[in-house]
Amino acid sequence: MSIQRLTSFFGLAWSMIRSLATDDAYDKYLAHHAQAHAGSPPMSRRAFYMKQQQSKWTGVSRCC
Amino acid sequence: MLRKAFWILVALVGACAVGGIALHRGETINAMWIVVAALCIYSLGYRFYSAWVAAKVLSVDPTRATPALRLNNGRDFVPTHRWIVFGHHFAAIAGPGPLIGPTLAAQFGYLPGTLWILVGGVLGGCVQDMTILFLSTRRNGRSLGQMARDELGPVGGFAAMLGTLTIMIILIAVLGLVVVNAMKHSPWATSTVFATIPIAVLVGLYLRNIRPGRVLEGSIIGLALLLFAVVGGGWVDSHPALRELFNLQGKPLAWFVIGYGFIAAVLPVWLLLAPRDYLSTFLKLGTVLLLALAVILMRPEIHMPAVTQFIDGSGPIFGGSLFPFVFITIACGAISGFHALVSSGTTPKLIGNEGDVRLIGYGSMMLESGVAVMAMIAATLLQPGVYFAINSAPGIVGASAEAAVATITSWGFPVTVDQMAFLAKEMGESTLFARTGGAPSLAVGMASIFSSAFGESMLAIWYHFAIMFEAVFILTTLDAGTRVGRFMLQDALGHVWKPMGETSWYPSVLITSALVVAGWGYFLYIGVVDPNGGINILWPLFGIANQLLAGIALSVATGILIKQGKLRYSWVTGVPLAWLAIVTTSATWEKVVSGDPRIGFLAAADQMAARLASGSMPPEQAAVAPQLIFNQRLDAVLAVMLSAILWVVIADMVRVSLRAVRGRPVPPNSEAPHVHINSIKIGAEAA
Repeated sequence: MSIQRLTSFFGLAWSMIRSLATDDAYDKYLAHHAQAHAGSPPMSRRAFYMKQQQSKWTGVSRCC
Repeated sequence: MLRKAFWILVALVGACAVGGIALHRGETINAMWIVVAALCIYSLGYRFYSAWVAAKVLSVDPTRATPALRLNNGRDFVPTHRWIVFGHHFAAIAGPGPLIGPTLAAQFGYLPGTLWILVGGVLGGCVQDMTILFLSTRRNGRSLGQMARDELGPVGGFAAMLGTLTIMIILIAVLGLVVVNAMKHSPWATSTVFATIPIAVLVGLYLRNIRPGRVLEGSIIGLALLLFAVVGGGWVDSHPALRELFNLQGKPLAWFVIGYGFIAAVLPVWLLLAPRDYLSTFLKLGTVLLLALAVILMRPEIHMPAVTQFIDGSGPIFGGSLFPFVFITIACGAISGFHALVSSGTTPKLIGNEGDVRLIGYGSMMLESGVAVMAMIAATLLQPGVYFAINSAPGIVGASAEAAVATITSWGFPVTVDQMAFLAKEMGESTLFARTGGAPSLAVGMASIFSSAFGESMLAIWYHFAIMFEAVFILTTLDAGTRVGRFMLQDALGHVWKPMGETSWYPSVLITSALVVAGWGYFLYIGVVDPNGGINILWPLFGIANQLLAGIALSVATGILIKQGKLRYSWVTGVPLAWLAIVTTSATWEKVVSGDPRIGFLAAADQMAARLASGSMPPEQAAVAPQLIFNQRLDAVLAVMLSAILWVVIADMVRVSLRAVRGRPVPPNSEAPHVHINSIKIGAEAA
């Protein structure tokens, strides 16, 4: 395997891990915000995190 | 051609493996037979049945835009890669249930439970999860209760709400009891579990104040601290003064769990619940992988017979015959109604393409079913005598070690006091007798697999790691469940008096949280004072409640299929529904009317009342007897109520279906209108 393919493989794995951990949620939000609501200021990272937690734990998100 | 040959080979190997585990009657059998049978059945189920259900029954349409695409808001509606959603969904559905149920059901032998996990999973649970996920995706992520109300009517909707609240209360009580039993008189386990709370708070502060939203960093720090807490528990255990501090009876531990549940439910989520959930999710995924790896590396021998004499109903862990109780005891892992709540919650809002529901709905449940198979292997690789000694309550086998080993040996499962003492010493515990609830015996099983695969000398560490791992996500389920119960109660009380419905009004938060905690706290407390261990009563009740919820979900699905003119495919959800209706109804019948006090609630209450009246009860038992008698009668009422709810929903579904078949008016289809996937993509590019 060439170095290039190896780095792209690890790059993909790393982005999957970040996605699974929801580490990239804020980046995704910023991208969405820039596209859909350009002009208005986006939430701060902390405000976004708090809002995300609030909505996650309002419904049934964990099972037995 | 080559593909066909491959699938024929899979079918043949699978058939041989299933035949092997079913017909084998030697001393031991290798666990690989079970692993191979499971892998073949899952592959066939996924490749053929799930594909057929998705295409023909559900008419999955990959060109139809999902809510994540149509309503994308960058926050909860976000189109996400299917393997990422798979991971999130699996983490959400897999809890302690699939670990505990098979451990308890192993009293019937390895065969009945394993077959039910495999068949029930592929034809029941996986289908339910995929169908509900699909239906909710078509309805902008509506919850099961809302779908029941929209598609069947207010009766079905109300029954679904009542069923959900009841299952929540019983589930939390039984899980609380499992944790209490795992910590009872175990300073190592208790101090480790206590330590997980400040660790979670630390991670919560890190994720909010220091590095907001960096979940990976926070979780790695937290996991390192958790592992340190496992080792640190060993030091506490060897320190004479500290040891006494954490050497607690069942009652104070029950009060601790109750107090903890209340505080966790009223604290903000970011402080305790959310960070501990991140930790438990990583632990869960890691441990499941590790366990699978260890089973395949070690290929352990199963020592439990295929079928034991306890299929007649005389089992020491819970009373009741093979039918219907194996199907009640193993809910999660085969079919679990609770999954319908998760499948109609967060997950549908993340699905980027309708075609993904097969992998995410059917596939995640298959993996959870695989976890249940591994739990069954971990329970049955123990010497049966040891397994029964750990899991039998003193009320059944006798209070002293000598009495317990004599009883268990007389059943044909030899075990000695020395053997148990040696095992307890190896695991770093003072005793392993009567550690009911499934967690300790699972931990012994896991510790023996892990230590033989990854280091013989660390048995005690592995044992307490397994206990910590179970406790962490039981506690997550406990406060997440209390919170959900609180929201439902606030919603219901809001109809009576408006301010109670405001989820952020503090008096309402405190009152409703206290009510929910009091509900499960009551059952937990009674379970702790019950000399027969409490699990014997609570687990079947939980199983009935969970299967009832699955029955409601399958009723909603069947009703929708028939309303959409797919009567000829309605058996796909209708047959599992009929089976669950038979199982839960006959289990309820036995739990209520059976004359055997180990099975029937009323018979047990009457027997205890008679003994109390005759004065033949020792004073410490007589003190709690009135509570236990009341509780047994309450349980009988509860079981009847649960079955009644199921039948009301089924009747409502049949009523709506008959009207639909006859062309009479029915509640309209609540699907969101069809939007082609390309129109969204073009719109996004234009913006």
